[in-house]
Order: sequence, then C-alpha cells, then structure tokens
Amino acid sequence: MATIDRSNTATAPQPRIHRQVVLPLGKSFEIAFNSIRVRFFRSLITTMSLVLAVSFLSFVSVNTDVANGLLSTGDPALRQALIRSGYDLAPEDTRADSSPKQRWIVILSLLVCVVGIVNAQLMAVTERFREIGTMKCLGALDRFILRLFLLEAGMQGLVGAGVGALSGAAFALLGNLLRFGTRALTTPAGDEILLSVAFATGVGCLLSVLGVLYPAFVAARMQPVEAMRVEQ
Amino acid sequence: MTSVRTIVRVANVTKTFQLGKIAVHALKGVDLEIPTGQYVSIMGPSGSGKSTLFNMIGGLDKPSTGKVFIDEVDISQLDAYELAWLRCRKIGYIFQTFNIIQVMTALENVTLPMTFAGMRSERATEKGMELLELVGLADRFQHKPFELSGGQQQRVAIARALANDPAIILADEPTGNLDLSTGEEIITLLKNLSHERGVTIISATHDIKMLNVSDQVVWIRDGRIDKIESREELTISVGRIDARAGA
Repeated sequence: MATIDRSNTATAPQPRIHRQVVLPLGKSFEIAFNSIRVRFFRSLITTMSLVLAVSFLSFVSVNTDVANGLLSTGDPALRQALIRSGYDLAPEDTRADSSPKQRWIVILSLLVCVVGIVNAQLMAVTERFREIGTMKCLGALDRFILRLFLLEAGMQGLVGAGVGALSGAAFALLGNLLRFGTRALTTPAGDEILLSVAFATGVGCLLSVLGVLYPAFVAARMQPVEAMRVEQ
Repeated sequence: MTSVRTIVRVANVTKTFQLGKIAVHALKGVDLEIPTGQYVSIMGPSGSGKSTLFNMIGGLDKPSTGKVFIDEVDISQLDAYELAWLRCRKIGYIFQTFNIIQVMTALENVTLPMTFAGMRSERATEKGMELLELVGLADRFQHKPFELSGGQQQRVAIARALANDPAIILADEPTGNLDLSTGEEIITLLKNLSHERGVTIISATHDIKMLNVSDQVVWIRDGRIDKIESREELTISVGRIDARAGA
C-alpha cells in the first residue's frame, strides 16, 4: 500500500529518480489470462503436445494401477487374463509394474513434448516482440515479462495437463473395462488412480513451465528499442 | 512553466556501432539542450543518426562517449530499475507503428503504465477515462486495437504516453503511418497538449507538417547537428525547407 502514496508524491514538481515500478500479482494473472484467451487457438496448439504426452503418461500409470488391482484379488483366472493381454508376470509377482521399455517410451514422449513447447513458445516470443518492447518502454522490468510468460505457461500447463491426465485415465479405464469386465473398475484402489492422475498433471505443469523458461528469458532480455523498429 | 529549465541535455555524445569488422559512427559529437515545455522536431534524412540521437534521449540506448542528462540526471549512471522508473514516469513514448498492445482494450492500454507506477486500479481507470476523453475517444474505451483506425490507435497511444504525467513525450515519426489529414489532427493534438500541459515534446520526423508547430527544429546531418532553427527563423526560410524536402 505504501507504493500508492509514493506514486502521488513522485509526480511533484521536482521529482528525482526512483526505483519503484510494480506489477501486482493479480494484475499479472489478469494480463496472462487475457493473453491466452485472445490467442486461444495459438495457445491450444502449444498445449496440444502437452495434452497428448501427459495423457499417455496417465494412461500407462492408470493401466498399471488397474493391473495391480486385478492382481490383488488373487484370482488365477484374472492373472491368466493379464498375462494373455501382455503383462510379463512371473509366478511369484504380486504387482504388475510398468516395464523399463514402457517407461522409456513415456520419458521419450515427454521429452519430445518439451522440445515442442520450447519451439512453440520461441515462436510466440518472436511474434510478440513488439508487444514486449512496448511494455518495456512503458516501464516494465525484465521480471514482469518473465513472470507473465511463466504465468501463461503455468495456466496452459495446468489446464492442458489436467485435460490430458483425465482423458488418459478415462481411456485406460475404458480399455480395461472392455478387456476384463467390471472388475477392472471395482478392484483397483481409487486413491492410487487419483494419485496417478495428479502425478501426471503435476509433471505436465512442470514440463510446461520448463519449456517456457528459455523463451521467456529471451523475451525478458529484449531491449525496449526493438519496439521502435518499423520493419517486422 | 515560466522559468525555462533544461529538461534534456546532450553533451558531446558520440555513438559507434560495430557492424562486423566495420565501425559505423552514427553520431560524431552532438551537443543539444532542450528547454522544458517546447515542441522540438528532430529532422534529418534516414541514416543521419536521427533515430540514434532520438533513442539516446529516450534512454533506450546508451552513448559510446559523452553524456545524456534528463532533468539533470545522467542516464548512463542509472541501473535497470531506475531506467524502468524513468521510462514509466518521466517519458511517454509514441511510435510510428502505434504499438497498442493488441490483446488489451484501449482503456487497458492507457492504464497499464499507471499499474506499473503503482496506482490503484479504480483511480487508474478514472484517469484513463479522462485521458481518453482528452484525445476524443471516451466512447471507444472498450474497443480492441483492431477495431480502431490508425488515427484512433495513435490517439490511444498519446493518451497512454500521458498516463503518468511525463515531463517528456518522445514521438518517433508519429504521423509516418497516417494519411495527411489524420496526421494533421495528431500533430494538432500533440501541439495542444504541449501547450496546455507544459509537456516537452520531442519528435523525430520527416513530416514537413510538423515544422509549423515546432518551437525548435534540429536538423541532423551525417551524425552531427547541421543547425538548430527556432520558429521565427523557420517562417522566414520556409522556401528553403520546401526545397530541402523536395531534394
């Protein structure tokens, strides 16, 4: 609140140079949100690779949860059904953990997704050079720009990863329902599935923010004089 | 505003750009003093160092040697925070390409610098509306930039430049992307503002229409100040200016 009082005195006849420039968090959220809303289609494409990668991650881990649930019943028929559908289960196994190969595919897909995000965000930064330069001419600090990009990426990540995780889980449950019948839905522990979905969402958010870091730095370090350039 | 104070002082400024192995001397020693409340046009052909000098005055670029003082503060001594403060409070920018932030409405564009300056949002909205009224766009405050004509966008930009009651308004070819009559309207608006509010307006331009309203014209040629003409001298030498413009 102290900044408000200072703002009035700063325009007095003999002002000196001060350092106080602010962008309240609420306002940052508003700007970031509007920025996504206005460029909705563009944001959608940026987020799409994240949705796909996260839904794959969620799909794989929910599948594992279901398999574990089915195994925990101790029913030999279900065990046979699992082995027939491709799970490598040794006789003494009580849990069906995802195979290393599966894990590698998931990690690869997430890596590809991050590269995709970096690419799309770099493009977005280039597109918005003038906007960023203008903001800097109006007094924005490097970290305002950084914060706006991070907030945007965070919001995109939360929504994109959320949608991805839920749809991945839904597909996994549906697939297992068709393959193993209703017991696929009744036997697994609900909290484990929820945990898988939450984990996938979290990983998605993290990747989205990770992917925007470099582009956001590029944007934040931009010189305000760029806004003056006519050709673009 | 009676006492004439120097708001911008450029002291023996040179600027050298390194383009690969070639050093380009954009400015070769410029001295300039701009008094408060004046309407100053910087004229010169492209490549004359006009834009470089202009950016220097706006704190957007730092001189290679020499000093630029804004309100007697040497801007090369300022850190990033102080420069941002200066841009936010002391200087209003107007661009050739308007540079209205596309994702914001006219009003949001005008209030953004006030937000940076820490003004409460109700007060900022109130002041933003006053400023839009001042430039004659009060009824279009909810419009997005693409719903506004070029002249209207430039009016929004002028309102935005005035947001924090700056001492200086820097206008880089403000009429460059406008047709003749709209350009004239913008020039008149700027002139009135400088008159009523005592804002110093510094504009880099090719536009001869600007000369009629300028208190002072600074001609830049080949990295040096060719000559500085005040208004009285200008009216006498209009014929020559026209000849120059044709050249």
